[in-house]
Amino acid sequence: MKLIFEKSVSGRQGLKLPVSDVPVQGVLPGKYLRSSDAQLPESSELDVVRHFTQLSQRNFSVDANFYPLGSCTMKYNPKFTEKVAALSGFAELHPLLPQLRGGEKYAQGALEVLFEAERWLCEITGMKAFTMQPLAGAHGELTGIMLVAAYHKAKGNKKKYIIVPDSSHGTNPASAAIAGYEIISVPSDKKGVMDLEKLKSVLTDEVAGLMMTCPDTHGVFNSQITEISRLIHSVDGIMYYDGANLNATMGRCRPGDVGFDVVHLNLHKTFATPHGGGGPGAGPVGVGEKLLKFLPVSRVVKGPQGIFALNYDYPDSIGYIASFYGAFGVILKAYAYMLLLGQDGLKQTSDHAVLNANYILSRLKGAYQLSFDRVCMHECLFSASKQVARGVHAIDIAKFLIDKKMHPPTVYFPLTVKEAIMIEPTETESKESLDAFVEAMLEADALSQKDPEAFHALPKTMPISRPDETRAAREVKVNCFG
Amino acid sequence: MTAGNRPTSSSLASSKTFQEFPLNPYIANTETDVKDMLRSIGAKSIDDLFVDIKPEHAPRSFNLPAGLSEYEVMRKLTGLALKNSNELVPFIGGGFYDHYVPAASSALISRGEFYTAYTPYQPEAAQGTLQALFEFQSMICTLTEMDVANASVYEGGTALYEAMMMAIRITNRTRIVIDGGVSPIYRKLIKSYTHNLHFEFVETPVAHGQSDRAAFEKLLDQNTAAVILQNPNFFGAVDDHSDIIAKAHAIGALVVESVYPLSLGLLKTPGAMGADIVTGEGQSLGLPLSFGGPYLGFMATRRKYMRQMPGRIVGETVDGEGRRCFVNTLQAREQHIRREKATSNICTNVALCAIQAGIFMALVGKEGFKNLARLNFDKAEFARQEIAKIKGVEVKRSSPTFNEFTVSLPKDASDVVEAMIAKGFAAGFPLGRYYQGMEKYLLVAVTEKRTKDEILAYAAALKEVVKP
Amino acid sequence: MEIIDHYLYTKEHEWVDIDGKVGTVGITEYAQSALGDITFVELPGSADEVEQFERLTSLESVKSASDIFSPISGKVVEVNDKLTQDPGLINRDCYEKGWIAKIKISDEDETSNLLTADEYSNYLESLDRNDGGESADE
Repeated sequence: MKLIFEKSVSGRQGLKLPVSDVPVQGVLPGKYLRSSDAQLPESSELDVVRHFTQLSQRNFSVDANFYPLGSCTMKYNPKFTEKVAALSGFAELHPLLPQLRGGEKYAQGALEVLFEAERWLCEITGMKAFTMQPLAGAHGELTGIMLVAAYHKAKGNKKKYIIVPDSSHGTNPASAAIAGYEIISVPSDKKGVMDLEKLKSVLTDEVAGLMMTCPDTHGVFNSQITEISRLIHSVDGIMYYDGANLNATMGRCRPGDVGFDVVHLNLHKTFATPHGGGGPGAGPVGVGEKLLKFLPVSRVVKGPQGIFALNYDYPDSIGYIASFYGAFGVILKAYAYMLLLGQDGLKQTSDHAVLNANYILSRLKGAYQLSFDRVCMHECLFSASKQVARGVHAIDIAKFLIDKKMHPPTVYFPLTVKEAIMIEPTETESKESLDAFVEAMLEADALSQKDPEAFHALPKTMPISRPDETRAAREVKVNCFG
Repeated sequence: MTAGNRPTSSSLASSKTFQEFPLNPYIANTETDVKDMLRSIGAKSIDDLFVDIKPEHAPRSFNLPAGLSEYEVMRKLTGLALKNSNELVPFIGGGFYDHYVPAASSALISRGEFYTAYTPYQPEAAQGTLQALFEFQSMICTLTEMDVANASVYEGGTALYEAMMMAIRITNRTRIVIDGGVSPIYRKLIKSYTHNLHFEFVETPVAHGQSDRAAFEKLLDQNTAAVILQNPNFFGAVDDHSDIIAKAHAIGALVVESVYPLSLGLLKTPGAMGADIVTGEGQSLGLPLSFGGPYLGFMATRRKYMRQMPGRIVGETVDGEGRRCFVNTLQAREQHIRREKATSNICTNVALCAIQAGIFMALVGKEGFKNLARLNFDKAEFARQEIAKIKGVEVKRSSPTFNEFTVSLPKDASDVVEAMIAKGFAAGFPLGRYYQGMEKYLLVAVTEKRTKDEILAYAAALKEVVKP
Repeated sequence: MEIIDHYLYTKEHEWVDIDGKVGTVGITEYAQSALGDITFVELPGSADEVEQFERLTSLESVKSASDIFSPISGKVVEVNDKLTQDPGLINRDCYEKGWIAKIKISDEDETSNLLTADEYSNYLESLDRNDGGESADE
């Protein structure tokens, strides 16, 4: 498909601007002006609408396709939350308004949303307070680790290491390194859970904390979590909960109750805000008592007359994590989602997410190698090892599914399992969708026995076949100007 | 698929309340489905699937309100939206501006095919997102006159932090010289982020005009990794930083320039000035203010530094049949592969915001973008002149400005702002909020949306308010 | 898997071909095949001082970045500039034209820490036994 630049016709403009009603003003001295125009395309409004509509049709999406991307929680995003975020009282509100004297009273609705959303998340996770500022999961991780660093610094602790299980998310080590810590990785045992003996062997007074996804990327809830918390706390370490997989346990277990001191959540996963083709997300960070005073500023407080205000007066705060109060539009959608579901709806969410994953596990474990033969939480993890023996890899199965108009599961992650296929159906998919997916996976397995070569030409039904990624990385053409 | 009848009440009462039907509207499983699925799994109840969560792990509390209907939530939140007043005429900026958001761009990014997709891991099923991001990168490149742009980072402040870290990696030096005219919000943010790392920060004095050349002369040294500049600066002053950039290059430092993208319809580009890394907040490219986010950080750099740039980058290639297509490229930089050695811990970008900005730039187009910038400039100049007529109010004329400028008032700016609110104006941002000694200074922004009448009414109200 | 008899090897799959005081360094057939198509070679700086088994430079393939460690201590005297334009040279000819750097050896005794061709070959077999030998990345 042509680029919008290649469709450009000189003289077109897709937005009518107001005619200036002020006298034409003087010009800036030449040295402050650009010497040639930016080469933006020129299009009518319909040109633009048709171009981007046609582009959108070249995407798979939750709205149109089953999208069981493991670890990403691609659940349905309710339509009404989009309508809420577009309300002009929210969408047109300037973030500096409540920072003006007397300006707070013109932002009471937005401040209430932040305050109430924080209270909901506290109750869901068992934490004392949240900062809503972090703009994505990885950003939340970084914030959380900065809080850990602030805690140890304030206590005069000499800490050097953050422990992560080998099944952790790829962002964990990067976040810890940026906060100034080194990583110790602890392997999993044969059942897919962190090896407790190995953990004990690396535990020293220099351990700043442990970062854990619980349930982890193997889809397993670690039953020894209370013992792990006790061990980490025994060296004054901080228990960090990566909330990427919270969708499995709402109403069943709260991180705050099993020893976690700091958590980050992904609103774009558990709380149904859209993934947007790769953001914007939101990664609020919650803390227990120990880390409370270090939270970023500003914080939203409720005054005696029920008036909401911004408070910056926290002398131990780590400071500013984002320019303002977080991805407000995203937080607003998550808040709307929580209000609609309520207590029962949130627990049902986790129950059915786990049910759906176990159903797929039960149907596929004959044909595919199960990594850990046990009940799973909200996602199930297979290896394509049986198919690899026939010359068909996880990536080939992924491309087969694309031709079935299904988005493939996550493949080659976690790195602890060879040829990993990680399936997270989410609670919003119907049994009919799950069955159709299972049939497609079984068909792929059958084809791998009959005609493994056939996979190499897949996908066949998409606008493009497999792209040459080597060429993209060697020649590096990353804009249309050369 | 057939919808079938969903039972309205439950007899499947193995656990106290939670398997009751009807379920929440985003779950499709019926009572029959649940039975069939449990049979396939070999479990008696959903509770059986949670065997690994032991009684000692159970929540000590899960005390949340009951759910509401969609209508009830809409009514509640519409009520809250109405508590945020739209009645104040905005003259407030500080790097975030009240520009018009075209209906077509809102409509297009509301297509589920865009907003309910995820990161394009499977390029065959994500050419829409990938091509739209490639077009966005191209637009940022031509706007800034830089070689390579990424597909976005979180927001302008984190973009500036990432650029600084990138300069530190490239130069292997640790000293940062920041212009006092860089947004104080961004400067605070950078300091929070680097608190645990051993970098040295020096700032040039704050002046509400152009960058202080003499200060740079003194502060640049052989250990300087980066000079951080902003144009227009926080006070609205427009500058040509070519000379400072040349001096920084002479000692082997890189220059990071934070820009206001809409101003580049008119102003000299950071590329032409010689900057090495360019960042900015893309909110002015057709994104709603939305009380602080989601916003759009963008980054661009020279080709020789592209492998050090964080964030996703979309590249062009061909498929098996030789057809042009797009993929995420230079992926070896990313955290999911490099883990602790990654260039940044960033995972998601803000793809949807980048696509929205791309649609905005496509709609406004080459001529429109120039005219839009010019319109902002003209309105602000008009306002500047009208405000300068007020007795006791001084508008600095020493530096040119784009669409925001600093005025000095005869009394405390916060008092003035409070009084102006009573008259229906969000009059600007009092600089005393971030700068000691600038309690009488007000930062005033004027966009293309302000009419001549609004500007004249503002000036008249200000005249009243500052009257001795 | 091709192995050159008179080269010495590391367990990280680098080779060194020693000619008097100078060692030419590259990566083995096993390494290039595990990495897949190499897309970028970050060449070491000429005159860089390196220590044995410390990082010399890094390579990128489509989806991975790998550090290359120096088999010997010394000073980099020459780098293979051709790799800048044509990183695929390593995939096509890893033992000859795809060399990465020449290093002036500072401590000849260090060669005793390296594997001979036979030892390296046995080492590869032991790896194969422990592990299916499949690369995780496609």
